[in-house]
Amino acid sequence: MPSQLRVILPLVALVVLAVVFVFGLQTDPRKLPSVFIDKPAPAFELPALAQDQPPFAPGQLRGQVWLLNVFASWCAACVVEHPYLLDIAEQHPDLPLVGLAYKDAPSDTRNWLRQRGDPFTRIAVDRDGLVGIDYGVYGVPETFVIDASGVIRYKHVGPIDGSFFDTHVAPLLRAPGA
Amino acid sequence: MDTATLEQQGVDIERLREISSDLRCLVCQNQSIADSNAGLAIDLRNQVVKLMSEGRSDTEIKQYMVDRYGEFVLYDPPFSAANAALWVGPFLLVVLGVWVARRTIAARLAARHTPGDGLTAAQKKALEERYRASQSD
Repeated sequence: MPSQLRVILPLVALVVLAVVFVFGLQTDPRKLPSVFIDKPAPAFELPALAQDQPPFAPGQLRGQVWLLNVFASWCAACVVEHPYLLDIAEQHPDLPLVGLAYKDAPSDTRNWLRQRGDPFTRIAVDRDGLVGIDYGVYGVPETFVIDASGVIRYKHVGPIDGSFFDTHVAPLLRAPGA
Repeated sequence: MDTATLEQQGVDIERLREISSDLRCLVCQNQSIADSNAGLAIDLRNQVVKLMSEGRSDTEIKQYMVDRYGEFVLYDPPFSAANAALWVGPFLLVVLGVWVARRTIAARLAARHTPGDGLTAAQKKALEERYRASQSD
């Protein structure tokens, strides 16, 4: 090996490692690759928060693109994303936006929504969090994008922001047959 | 549910502990669901109890968790194409290191045995003495 190469090679290796580590530091270890992408949304049936409504089941929305937002009144980050949900509801009144009240007392959920506004078309009450487990929920809020054939196309962990709809929902609505 | 209550209900605590200490708590990632008291860890432990009472095997219970949370929940994930580099990488590095070390040592040994350096220690000593003697003259 020429002596120049011998000096440069460790330096190159160090730089490559440093770049890898810098990128590694920027990824959030709490963001996990979801196993649900391109899998059918698990079936469930849960009571609606509104007492005069029938229980909610995902099958009722077959044929439409819809959103499932997992939230709770005890969840601090849910407050952060709430204005964006209200925006989506206002700008896209035809898009079903289903709330899953996760491990929350219905009276607390109602109070919370009364204070902040209610963006949801339907709200299902997951009192003991079992549906949450079936959806692999581990950090509320989480938002699932489900297509017309009932397949989960995207899952977002943590609060959504203003770009969520355009990036992850709009393309599905434009797709033929959606 | 605490251990005493579970034991009264005839739950195999030992087995529950074994399975749940292999499962990572998603909320507090450096703890297993056996060690953590986070809400989700408790729910998942209860779910393990439920699956055990349904007569599912350890493998089935772990698969249940993997189906929902991905292989990340397993502290001891099985070998697969996706993680092959992580499993095999360290051994490859050791082999590479041994190979480099052997080459380097062989090269240095070869350099040490240059022609004309075939003198024994005694011969070298004699040579040095003669050199010093010639200097002091």
